[in-house]
Amino acid sequence: MGLTRRGIDGWAVFTLLAALVVAGPLIALPLSFVTAPGSLSRFSGLVPEALAATAVLVVGVGAGVLVLGTALAALVSFCDFPGRRWIEWALVLPLAMPGYVFTLFALGLEVPGIRSELGAVCVFTLVLYPYVYLLARSAFLAQSRTLLEAARGLGMSHRAAIVRVGIPLARPAILGGVALALMETLADFGTVNLLGVRSFTDAIYRVWFTALDRDAAMQLATLLVSITLALLLLERLARGRARYQQQAARGDVVPPVRLRGLAAAAAVAGPLALVGLVVLAPLAQLAAWSVESIGEGLLAPEFATAARNSVLLAGVSALLVPVVAVLLAYGVRTSRSRLAAGSARVATIGYGLPGSVVAVAVIVPLGWLDRRSGTGLLLTGTVIGLLFAYLVRFLALAWGSVESGLMRIPGTLDEAARGLGADRLDVLARIHVPLIRGGLATATLLVFVEVMKELPATLLLRPTGGDTLAIAVWQATTESLFETAALPALLIVLVGLLPVAAMIRLSGRRGAELTARSGVTADAAPLAGA
Amino acid sequence: MSAPIRLRGVSKSFGATRAVREVTLEIERGELLAVLGPSGCGKTTLLRLIAGFETPDAGCVNIGDEVVAGPGRLVPPEKRRVGMVFQDYALFPHLSVEANVAFGLLRRPRDERETLTQRTLELVGLQHKAASHPQELSGGERQRVALARALAPEPELVLLDEPFSSLDATLRAGLRREVELILREADATALLVTHDQEEALSLADRLAVMREGSIVQVGAPEEVYGRPASRWAAQFVGEVNVLAGVARGGGVETELGRFDLRAPASGTVHVAVRPEQFELTARHDGNAEVVAREFRGHDVLYRLRHEGGRTVLVQLPSLELYEVGARVFVRPASSAVTSLVD
Repeated sequence: MGLTRRGIDGWAVFTLLAALVVAGPLIALPLSFVTAPGSLSRFSGLVPEALAATAVLVVGVGAGVLVLGTALAALVSFCDFPGRRWIEWALVLPLAMPGYVFTLFALGLEVPGIRSELGAVCVFTLVLYPYVYLLARSAFLAQSRTLLEAARGLGMSHRAAIVRVGIPLARPAILGGVALALMETLADFGTVNLLGVRSFTDAIYRVWFTALDRDAAMQLATLLVSITLALLLLERLARGRARYQQQAARGDVVPPVRLRGLAAAAAVAGPLALVGLVVLAPLAQLAAWSVESIGEGLLAPEFATAARNSVLLAGVSALLVPVVAVLLAYGVRTSRSRLAAGSARVATIGYGLPGSVVAVAVIVPLGWLDRRSGTGLLLTGTVIGLLFAYLVRFLALAWGSVESGLMRIPGTLDEAARGLGADRLDVLARIHVPLIRGGLATATLLVFVEVMKELPATLLLRPTGGDTLAIAVWQATTESLFETAALPALLIVLVGLLPVAAMIRLSGRRGAELTARSGVTADAAPLAGA
Repeated sequence: MSAPIRLRGVSKSFGATRAVREVTLEIERGELLAVLGPSGCGKTTLLRLIAGFETPDAGCVNIGDEVVAGPGRLVPPEKRRVGMVFQDYALFPHLSVEANVAFGLLRRPRDERETLTQRTLELVGLQHKAASHPQELSGGERQRVALARALAPEPELVLLDEPFSSLDATLRAGLRREVELILREADATALLVTHDQEEALSLADRLAVMREGSIVQVGAPEEVYGRPASRWAAQFVGEVNVLAGVARGGGVETELGRFDLRAPASGTVHVAVRPEQFELTARHDGNAEVVAREFRGHDVLYRLRHEGGRTVLVQLPSLELYEVGARVFVRPASSAVTSLVD
């Protein structure tokens, strides 16, 4: 008979265990300072170097995306010009361009001075500004016209009103966008490595592969995590009490000012040139190189293997990660315990943490398990370890879309189904999954694309012969074989365009409020909660 | 014929709040029992304890011959054979009306499933809406789907949680009757939770009045109305005048006259007199004045100021009307039998 004992709830226990398994390695990272205290001192030069590079990147990229993203968002929100609807969305396209692919393009064209910290700042600014742009734009669109009109009534020009009222009101959103862009910058490995910028991720890679010192790698990873968390904290503090302004600002949409003549031409040409530079030109160049490499038979023989590996890894992760997210979210819902809710929060901290950190964190417990079980390299030497790292890194991504969907299902539906003879798994299968299939599809797509693009964790954990498209791009680029790198890079960018296209299509239907549910803010949500 | 539904000493607390306190209650087969109480009295918790969505801290719940909740035993909701109609209906938005009704029949053989679904849809008169989705239905239709969905698996007990509260007042009376007929037609045993005394009085075979987690009175509607167990119950179930008086044998003498008592008593007492237990006559030297008048169509509720200073509620058929300000003579109706209250 269906007996359950009071107090012991299978789902709460499952949620807790899942959280421990997923987040445990990350929580254990700092322990390396205790178990192997002196490790990092052998690489004493690395830390100051990495700190200096990180400081330059944070300041440069922060300022770059702040100015570029806010200016573009203000342009499309407060002004009207021919083709605005198109340009509004074209400006999102750089999201599909991974930094290392744009770097490949820039290196291939031998852009002068690109191999420097300044070069890296430029690359990051160009591919990451959409985070600020999207969040600022939705904040601008949510602003009440009465506030801007009040400013006009007090004698300000339209431009002054935007600068002195509109933009300050959107400050929390803009800072949120800057924080997201900076997290991506800190997490990046491909761009900094290819451009010779010696940041933390690069240091972790070198310590790991050239010195084979895992303890030192873990300690570097801990430092990187601390910087990331400090950044998040700083963003929280900077927002401060500004949050209430967002809620207060409700009402009619601000009517945009119609631009004419030269101003209109500039408003069209500027964004088009930007998108042309960041998306269209690289795509065209990659396509040309691809054709060249195919024509000359230069295509690496490993290409087919890499493509297959990428699709398999991304495919398996895209199935696995949303399933875990659903089980976890459902566990929180059905057990109604604070323990389960807390566990889920813990389980989703992996997102926003650099792939290198996650890789370093998971390898130690997996290696220990391998030694204990005597199965050789079952976990660390195969894709299992890599898939686990993807799970840790991208669980929050899937969690965001799944959980927001579940929250919209009233609890009485669960009870109605239970009363009609459905057990808890039935309820999940027959009620929840059908009702959140939209969110599930989003989660699947996002995880697929992110795994396709993922470089650092894959690089550190891939088994022998397990190269992916991303690895192929990176490897060929380090050897300056740009034509060889082109085709896999092209594939990655094309796949990456899928969620961006889906987001644009979705927004066409639901207007401004839309960005709140797009992939970008699905990214942002777990970060904000980390 | 299996045993009825029985609750014995059932209690449930949420933190410091004692939502349900040692409730003992039996529901007979085929009976429609209403639990009536003000909001927050614990009646919905009681319902959820029976359905299995809450676990009792003490006491036990029997459905038929089976103990579904008790010391060391807890049957999950899906195994209790209890159908529930929710306040917001909780229809599955992704399923058609037909699939909603068939939801609880998944494990039955296909033939049986289809027969039961069809029969239940006919019972509630919604065959023609079988393919519709809940969003396309009116409030009343949704309610009938919710009822059909609960009835289709032929449960031991149907629970209805404030089933009419989300409907228009104008629709309510008609739907109430409709729901009652459907339940009787299905020969269902039902427990209905409501804060609306009119609904409870008109619909139920028996009434359980609940206050602060305890059941204070159980009985047929006319019994609960006519013989309230306490002053609170008298006031909650309908309007009432509580009068002080001196009892002697089968009667009680009050400032408004003499009333018969249901049971002999003596000494200083309080009695509950319903507004319809008075008679009025227009007289210049009357003992009261009409202060307010509430016209309700078939009857009228008067608020009088008695010469002794107290306010008296009197309800009369609307055949003859008294104006506000008129002097009247108020006295017990000849048939008025009253009960003692605390």
